[in-house]
Amino acid sequence: MKTIFKSLLAITVVSLVLSSCGNGSSSKKGALSSSVAEKVYVAPGEHDEFYAFVSGGFSGQLAVYGLPSGRLFKVIPVFSVDAEKAYGFNEETKPMLNTSHGFIPWDDSHHPDISQTNGELDGRYVFINGNNTPRIAKIDLTTFETTEIIEIPNSAGNHSSSFVTENTEYVVAGTRFSIPFPQRDMPIDEYKGNFKGALTFISVDPKDGAMDIKFQIMMPGFNYDLSHPGRGKSHGWFFFTTYNTEEANSLLEVNASQNDKDFIAAINWKKIEEYVNNGGGKKVPSRYAHNVYSDETHSATSTIKKEVLIVNPSDVPGAVYFLPTPKSPHGCDVDPTGEYIVGNGKLSADLTIHSFSKMIKAIEDKKFTGEAYGIPILDFDAVHAGTVKQSGLGPLHTEFDGKGNAYTTFFISSEVVKWKIGTWEVIDRKPTYYSVGHLMIPGGNSRKPYGKYVLAMNKITKDRYLPTGPEVTQSAQLYDITGDKMELLLDFPTIGEPHYAAGIPADIVAKNSKKIYKLEESKHEFVTKSEADSKVVRDGNEVHIYMTMIRSHFAPDNIEGIQVGDKVYFHVTNLEQDYDVPHGISMIGAQTSELLIMPGQTETFVWYPKQVGVWPFYCTDFCSALHQEMQGYVRVSPKGSKVPIKFTLDGDAVDAE
Amino acid sequence: MKKSKLLMIVGSLLLLGLFVFPLWNITLEAPQYPIPLGMDIHINKFEDTHEFDIKNINLMNHYVGMQYIPETIPEFKIFPWAVGIMVFLGVVIGLKGNYKLFLAWFIVMSMLGIAGMYDFYLWEYDYGHNLNPKAIMKFTNPDGSIMGFQPPLFGSKDILNFKAHSYPRAGAYFMFIGMLLTVVAFFVGKKESKV
Repeated sequence: MKTIFKSLLAITVVSLVLSSCGNGSSSKKGALSSSVAEKVYVAPGEHDEFYAFVSGGFSGQLAVYGLPSGRLFKVIPVFSVDAEKAYGFNEETKPMLNTSHGFIPWDDSHHPDISQTNGELDGRYVFINGNNTPRIAKIDLTTFETTEIIEIPNSAGNHSSSFVTENTEYVVAGTRFSIPFPQRDMPIDEYKGNFKGALTFISVDPKDGAMDIKFQIMMPGFNYDLSHPGRGKSHGWFFFTTYNTEEANSLLEVNASQNDKDFIAAINWKKIEEYVNNGGGKKVPSRYAHNVYSDETHSATSTIKKEVLIVNPSDVPGAVYFLPTPKSPHGCDVDPTGEYIVGNGKLSADLTIHSFSKMIKAIEDKKFTGEAYGIPILDFDAVHAGTVKQSGLGPLHTEFDGKGNAYTTFFISSEVVKWKIGTWEVIDRKPTYYSVGHLMIPGGNSRKPYGKYVLAMNKITKDRYLPTGPEVTQSAQLYDITGDKMELLLDFPTIGEPHYAAGIPADIVAKNSKKIYKLEESKHEFVTKSEADSKVVRDGNEVHIYMTMIRSHFAPDNIEGIQVGDKVYFHVTNLEQDYDVPHGISMIGAQTSELLIMPGQTETFVWYPKQVGVWPFYCTDFCSALHQEMQGYVRVSPKGSKVPIKFTLDGDAVDAE
Repeated sequence: MKKSKLLMIVGSLLLLGLFVFPLWNITLEAPQYPIPLGMDIHINKFEDTHEFDIKNINLMNHYVGMQYIPETIPEFKIFPWAVGIMVFLGVVIGLKGNYKLFLAWFIVMSMLGIAGMYDFYLWEYDYGHNLNPKAIMKFTNPDGSIMGFQPPLFGSKDILNFKAHSYPRAGAYFMFIGMLLTVVAFFVGKKESKV
């Protein structure tokens, strides 16, 4: 108790010292009078109020945390193979990581976003982008598993993604790097005018969530950094920040920082949709993978698609405009009413806010100051709503609490700044530890933010945690934003880089969570629905083992007649129909991962026996009192041996047909 | 119609509730089952309280060598007939209006009920004591005898890590109230006959 008190005191003192213009009023009613620990404490057996889906950045994964506790519940593999869950290792999920470049077992996962209906979170799916080999993934929140990945052609560095429109009509995938279009062998210094930036609109089927690339807008060769959908009055528009409007191709640090203003591209996607629906655009050959996982077959399929519809923005007058925005804007955030578009010039000390209604007026009045590649550039003063002055150093991202306030992260000065929409005055600022990137308010990218907490995601932690060698954890920090002043409640370590996050009230998601897969409904090609159906079948040098698992045994458990040089498939079905009773299996010498099989599910791994002998397999997930007994053997004979295929079932020997 | 006749007819018709609602329920609570496992017993079938509960009860019970709960038992063929006939007889007697027969009906029905409960007990006893000699886990009572796993006939009981509850369900209450009404019908009929 004393220790807790001491550390609370220490936190208070530290925040007093570090808060640059703290007037101390927050700490008066802060840690001492109301316990900060109590605010994040979730008692044993109780549940958190929010789910937070925090991207793993370079881990290629998505982590599920509870807020306010900061407890880690699950790491969902999305673009990375994951031995824990056999994702990308078993035969069923290998196709998920297929691309036009072949099997790519990693990516850089940046911006998760939750599906919406009428501008509010509906908790059906989380979408997330793969940055490196451009992809968009969909995670189903009934199973918390990646169920669809679509590759983005004509794109590179898929960064300004994956944000959804108000009714999840579209998920966008904007390219950070412009590249030659069509892709070809050409001198890099001929970048200007030859490179293009694709903004991709992926439609989402309202019934089953199926994704499909509806169209790509082939934009000028800038870098498209971040994006946000319009909402409310600006529903139908999408906003993308750009940098390198200089179209430089080397030493961008200098050469892409010459223009005083870059642009926010405002895209009237409804107009383009209409144009496309009326036969507009041009079908262009492209190669990209579309991978879909089915909960019925427990298997993924990968299809290579061969063409995509391209829209040239100058062919659709009135659909695309540029809003001049100082200075290399990074974050591009739209407030819950849809009126204000915040552009954070990362080289600026100010935040620039545009007004949607002024933008529409400026378009009507044709207040243009020029054009770029046929796209009108709007007059800055005609669209500018206000500026938050001298707010900090290196503004990156803004979120909103739904009560008229905005919160912006400052990377260089390591702080979160709260300011008021409309008056543009700074209300409060709190330090972060350290170098904060994104921040997240649950429902932040919707018309209805749940403005109770803000989660800041930090790149550097230095002295905040026990050292773990040269690599220390990155972290997230939770602030209470219910009062006038923000209050730091908690920091907790995260997996990979916590690049961005999406949060949602737990009760929207939890009630839909799947408990088991029904065995009787399985359409897996190699399902074994009862022990009596388990068998071993030789087909040339391929051997298929149809195996079942239940507490606490495998059927069959002893298999003979396997030969060196065979290719042995273990098709393993978990016969359990009870919540939270997975079983695992792994085979000595298998050049893959274990399988972790949910109740009612079938998974497959391949084993290449290389040495003569009798080799064990066993259950890898502690499942029951007799978990240690859950095991079996495979007898491996020399190639060409006369030992017939046979196995034991329920203690009795069975000869294969 | 006389009040007694009406009561007798309504009383015996209430038994029809047994065709709709479960008669009895056995629920097993354990720390690992925050949502307890349960089985509803109807007059013609066993039913999961939550999907797959019976499968999971079987799976748990195999550790101590208990038998699998069968898909069906011969009683499921007899009970619906017995109840149906009693309802028919009750209505016929009610229409006829001989109050003495009301009591006779009640006594027959009570005997059938007791027989049913005894059958249930035998079934439970066998289920809890006739264990597979190759069972994975063997438990003995403090006196050294082999531990049985018989669920209670009525009430709650601790069995290893489980707490077993055995209580009547809506079908049984329909039956009890119906039978009670036939007794009331008897007394009302008796009173009416003296007037």
